[in-house]
Amino acid sequence: MSKVIKLRKGLNIKLQGKAEEKLETLPTPSTVAIKPTDFPGLIPKLSVKAGSEVKTGDALFYDKYYPDVVLTAPMGGIVKSVNRGERRRILEIVIEPGADKGAVDFGSADPASLNSDEVKNKLLKSGLWPFLRRRPYGITASPADKPKAIFISTFDTSPLAPNYNFILEGQLKSFQTGVNALAKLTEGKVHLGVNKGSIFNSVKNVEINEFEGPHPAGNVGVQIHHVAPIAKGEVVWTINVQDVLFIGRLFETGKVDFTKTIAMSGSEIKKPQYYKTIIGAPVSELTDGKITDTDYKQRIISGNVLTGEKVKRENYLGFFDSQITVIPEGDEYEFLGWASLGVKKFSASKTFMSSLLPNKQYKMNANLHGGERAFVLTDQYDKVVPMDVLPVILLKAILANDIDKMEQLGIYEIVEEDFALCEYICTSKIKVQDIVRSGIDTMIKELG
Amino acid sequence: MKFIRDFFERTEPLVQKGEKYHWLHSVHDGFFTFLYVPKNTARSGTHIHDYIDLKRTMSVVVLALVPALLFGMYNTGYQHFRVLGELDTTAFFEIFFYGLLKVLPIVIVSYGVGLGLEFVFAQLRGHEINEGFLVSGMLIPLIMPIETPLWMIGVATAFAVVFGKEVFGGTGMNIWNPALVARAFLFFAYPAQMSGNSVWVSLKEGAQTIDSFTGATPMAEAAAGNTDFSVSDAFLGFIPGSIGETSTLAILIGAVILIITGIGNWKIMLSTVLGGVVMGAILNLFAVNAYMALPFWEHLIIGGFAFGAVFMATDPVSASQTQRGKWIYGFLIGVLAILIRVVNPAYPEGMMLAILIMNTFAPLIDHYVVQGHIKRRLKRASVAQRTAA
Repeated sequence: MSKVIKLRKGLNIKLQGKAEEKLETLPTPSTVAIKPTDFPGLIPKLSVKAGSEVKTGDALFYDKYYPDVVLTAPMGGIVKSVNRGERRRILEIVIEPGADKGAVDFGSADPASLNSDEVKNKLLKSGLWPFLRRRPYGITASPADKPKAIFISTFDTSPLAPNYNFILEGQLKSFQTGVNALAKLTEGKVHLGVNKGSIFNSVKNVEINEFEGPHPAGNVGVQIHHVAPIAKGEVVWTINVQDVLFIGRLFETGKVDFTKTIAMSGSEIKKPQYYKTIIGAPVSELTDGKITDTDYKQRIISGNVLTGEKVKRENYLGFFDSQITVIPEGDEYEFLGWASLGVKKFSASKTFMSSLLPNKQYKMNANLHGGERAFVLTDQYDKVVPMDVLPVILLKAILANDIDKMEQLGIYEIVEEDFALCEYICTSKIKVQDIVRSGIDTMIKELG
Repeated sequence: MKFIRDFFERTEPLVQKGEKYHWLHSVHDGFFTFLYVPKNTARSGTHIHDYIDLKRTMSVVVLALVPALLFGMYNTGYQHFRVLGELDTTAFFEIFFYGLLKVLPIVIVSYGVGLGLEFVFAQLRGHEINEGFLVSGMLIPLIMPIETPLWMIGVATAFAVVFGKEVFGGTGMNIWNPALVARAFLFFAYPAQMSGNSVWVSLKEGAQTIDSFTGATPMAEAAAGNTDFSVSDAFLGFIPGSIGETSTLAILIGAVILIITGIGNWKIMLSTVLGGVVMGAILNLFAVNAYMALPFWEHLIIGGFAFGAVFMATDPVSASQTQRGKWIYGFLIGVLAILIRVVNPAYPEGMMLAILIMNTFAPLIDHYVVQGHIKRRLKRASVAQRTAA
């Protein structure tokens, strides 16, 4: 049996609106969209144009530098439009499902009988490759990488996160097949990070490590740090739980099946629960009728409140997201808000009355609750980063653009989500995740 | 309350860049954000933010200073009537009221001058008003002798804000604790008015005093070889000294508030006390005079030691920023404070200089702590590589 790694640092944010473990299947959406912007490090070149007819699994676009890396259509139909942003950057490729033309058959196979290259080719052709992301930097994996290991975190500790033990019920067989395929891609091991009582303990062909502790214990970056830290020049790959399922289904059926389960959560959702839908589903069709009617503004987030993306009704679910969260926007003034007792204000600091009332769940909005200032308090961040890094010192190295220092202080081990809690608790309202991303961008630009 | 917000919202366009009242922008913004937490919401990064902000942090520190302030007011009156020999015949409220009238002007001058300059700098630099001075403005009066002339308080505050903080870039960028810069400025610029035995007790000129009165603080007495002060008076604070520093009890209440809320760093407080105890004990061992023989724990309750350890050393900006660094930083403050106090006859109090010296060395401490951290990281990575291979 595995060893248990206990983490003390971190913070569970007690947000209201956790999804109840009840599953409902949503009707086939009227459109789906793939967003190349979900894949940092990938430069998209279109393989289709507006009006093209596609089958499920047909390539939509490929990477400029690694043309083998493609993304495929989650549903067959007609390419309705290619939406572009500034400087003609491709934002969305929208597909309208048409008459069922079937799906591209990539051939089913038992991964155990294939060699590494055969597995790789199958993933590349089917468009499942971009689900693999690499550390350092948290960008799309490159076929040229030689990963020393592959890491999968099977639980999410972020606020209102979906429970993968529930989502994966009855699908563990496909997960196992996916894991078997992944195991062919690395000379090292596939590592699973699990929490207590996890159904993933029965998965074979992997090394299992149990983690205990508050968020971010479920972050794959934190788990890598404690199991096999990344040194300079090393690469590891990471992949999400539901994305392993896609790989498993491909090998079992020979076809791509992008059906996934998402948690609809947050204080503004009438009945928070789970829904079965498809990758790239439109936000409007996911949320319509499920959000409470209010006289104040609300914010829809694809993903969780710490790392997700703010979306509008007309946007689409993020490629990697298994969750939609809706919270109040909170764009209102608050009279002497900084001086209130704060019975209803959840805070990591103990300066509000709420800290005397444990185990309550709070409604939180998107207000910053203060103006941006210089770094003043210096030991806040340390309390929520369960890694051997010095967050403030590393952030200052990034701000100073000191590449040597960034490298020495651990830029290879972190991505934005690992420092997201720092941004949440920051008294000075510093945009920590933006700083981390700019540091990573600098490293990619300078060192490749 | 709606009309206040309406007023600020209506006038907001008038103070924007290029408009007629742009020179009032910082003032407008400062008061508006003081009264109302802005409606700005997250644009990137995390969608939710903790309710804490710098205003709340600073007001918690000010709250923690209130016991010391209130006691300082009472003690000002207490010392006054004590040396007049009228303590028994004066009512509690009269004693407090006397102190209130003496202390309040000092507080007003400190905040008036300091905040005024903050507004000017914020306007010139085009940034928001920083809350740092909310605390500094309260610390400055509390570390002044009661008889410091008001104009000196004003000059010292101005010096502290401009040369202690703004020249470095404002709150968060300063090297030294601004309040101590104010104190040090007066100490070196006006030594005659800032030390000696006449500044600690508020008296009218030519007033009739009791025969035994010297006006000296216990520390000055101790330096002169007379270590025979009342320990309970020193702990409770019924001794002459700077306004807010005399009562160890009131300071302890503040320390509890800071530690419970997590705003003040307990590691620095504890290590400073440890440093003081260790140095005091060493001096006890090798005592050749009465001051060196002063029991080490009595150092903690006289002079500015307790006040400095709780409110000055813990200033997060000028202190060491790494966890290990904080232990070293605090410990050395304690050691140096007692060393300067006892061994250097020119300076009866060592706390101010000890903290300023360690403020100066804090970046160096951090440098070595970070180097150690980097070395450990490298070692860990190479171990991991070997086990993987």
